[in-house]
Amino acid sequence: MNLPLASSAPGSATLPASSTAAMVASTLRLLRFLLRNPMTFAGLIVVATLMLVAVFAPWIAGHDPLLQNLAGALQAPSGAHWFGTDEYGRDVFARLVYGSRITLYIVLLVTVIVGPIGLLVGTVSGYFGGWVDSLFMRITDIFISFPSLVLALAFIAALGPGLEHAVIAIALTAWPPIARLARAETLPLRNADFVVAVQLQGASSTRIILRHIIPMCLSSVIIRLTMNMASIILTAAALGFLGLGAQAPLPEWGAMISTGRRYMLESWWLVAAPGAAIMLVSLAFNLLGDGLRDVLDPRSQS
Amino acid sequence: MSMIEIAGLNLSFGTGAALNAVLHDVDLRVAEGEAFGLVGESGSGKTTVLRCLAGQYQHWSGQLRVAGQAVTRKLPLNHYRTVQMVFQDPYASLHPRYTIDAALQEPLRIHGIDGRAQKVSEILRKVGLNDSFRFRYPHQLSGGQRQRVAIARALILRPRVLLLDEPTSALDVSVQAEILNLLADLRRQEGLTYLMVTHDLAVVAHLCDRLAVMQQGRVVETLDSHLLASDGATHAYTRLLVQASRDIQRIPIAV
Repeated sequence: MNLPLASSAPGSATLPASSTAAMVASTLRLLRFLLRNPMTFAGLIVVATLMLVAVFAPWIAGHDPLLQNLAGALQAPSGAHWFGTDEYGRDVFARLVYGSRITLYIVLLVTVIVGPIGLLVGTVSGYFGGWVDSLFMRITDIFISFPSLVLALAFIAALGPGLEHAVIAIALTAWPPIARLARAETLPLRNADFVVAVQLQGASSTRIILRHIIPMCLSSVIIRLTMNMASIILTAAALGFLGLGAQAPLPEWGAMISTGRRYMLESWWLVAAPGAAIMLVSLAFNLLGDGLRDVLDPRSQS
Repeated sequence: MSMIEIAGLNLSFGTGAALNAVLHDVDLRVAEGEAFGLVGESGSGKTTVLRCLAGQYQHWSGQLRVAGQAVTRKLPLNHYRTVQMVFQDPYASLHPRYTIDAALQEPLRIHGIDGRAQKVSEILRKVGLNDSFRFRYPHQLSGGQRQRVAIARALILRPRVLLLDEPTSALDVSVQAEILNLLADLRRQEGLTYLMVTHDLAVVAHLCDRLAVMQQGRVVETLDSHLLASDGATHAYTRLLVQASRDIQRIPIAV
């Protein structure tokens, strides 16, 4: 009377035999979609290049980024110094290459801090609602109502300048949008049948949030985080430019522009090279985020 | 012994001027091993009764007992092993990011039950599926297959009572019959007690022994389901429902 229905299953070309096989298949599908769009592909290439450059900086740079040579200061780009030298005779290309480490360090650290905090605050307040929601969202409102650079400046003014403090200051201003997004994603899930079903299996709220709600919010949060990386880079550069981020002699891109602007009129490469790097990398993160949205966002899929 | 006892169940939402009473003094008794239907128009409170029993709403007043145990505000874990629920829409009741295997293992994990892989395999066979479905995602299954998975998920904790919230109304007519037959078979094999909410009097006549008719949060009549066919209903509203159901069935022939 109840026959097995294996033969009539839709899309049964390949049958995954284990949960890892099923996961690998869906990851591959994601990657294929990602590579289909040329803009996303370009973004991915630039971000991948940035990572490779950061990892292999000593082999790529060719010069010591901190080595001063006052006799060779402010040289124009040439075969020996691809992007010229700065006011202390340091190789700009080497400084750019080593600067990619600082940029990545800031971006990754901020993302790692902001992602979990935003997700947790958002899903908890969305899931429980009521006074928990009011409390968390008012705190979020307070943080969101400050202009982010001003809040970061205030924080650094209190703690003193430095790379770590810049990271914390940026993180402080970057989590509220993530929390709001996660909350908005959680609200319709709270009464979804599949969440009610696990509630009726006796699952604890912690389990429901961690295992059933967060996976559903994850894709839009990842998209948002990737887009955010562009603005993190810009904020970090702005803090560096204002002298509040990475301190000399660290080759931070924003700080490089800041010191280079004094010689900008005669030595354009001092500002153009790090400026182009900042623009390229933040553009790449934006493109990657756009592509991820096309792939991950269920609403944009047919 | 009554498996489900509901006495004087009242439930309302909102307070003050916005107070909206949903259930008024609902009384029901369902014997062990019985299939009991709950019918009525949309908004009559059928599903709400199920959700009170399942433990989703806590602010009701009255007496609820399942398998001799009072349903309390804070439910012990074993309540969920006694009562499970199957939802109306099989497209919404399975987590889209988890494979069938993970969805079926989840209740076992929550209750700390071992031998999960084997139990999943067993329960899939019991609902007419097999191991080739285990590592697929819900979107790779048809509506009927998903509803089978949802039934499997409800049964994997070996409950004694199954609450069915219109389990066939989102399915094709041919698949509806398959699922109803599956439910009938499972009840016989496992000695389950069913409390089923539905619009469809034909489904009640097919699967249920007795039924209650609800209107605006009240039970207006409780009767044996074979009385539906033989015009044995006494309450005017029940007779109206029966007549409406017959009219609908006549329409395709008239056209």
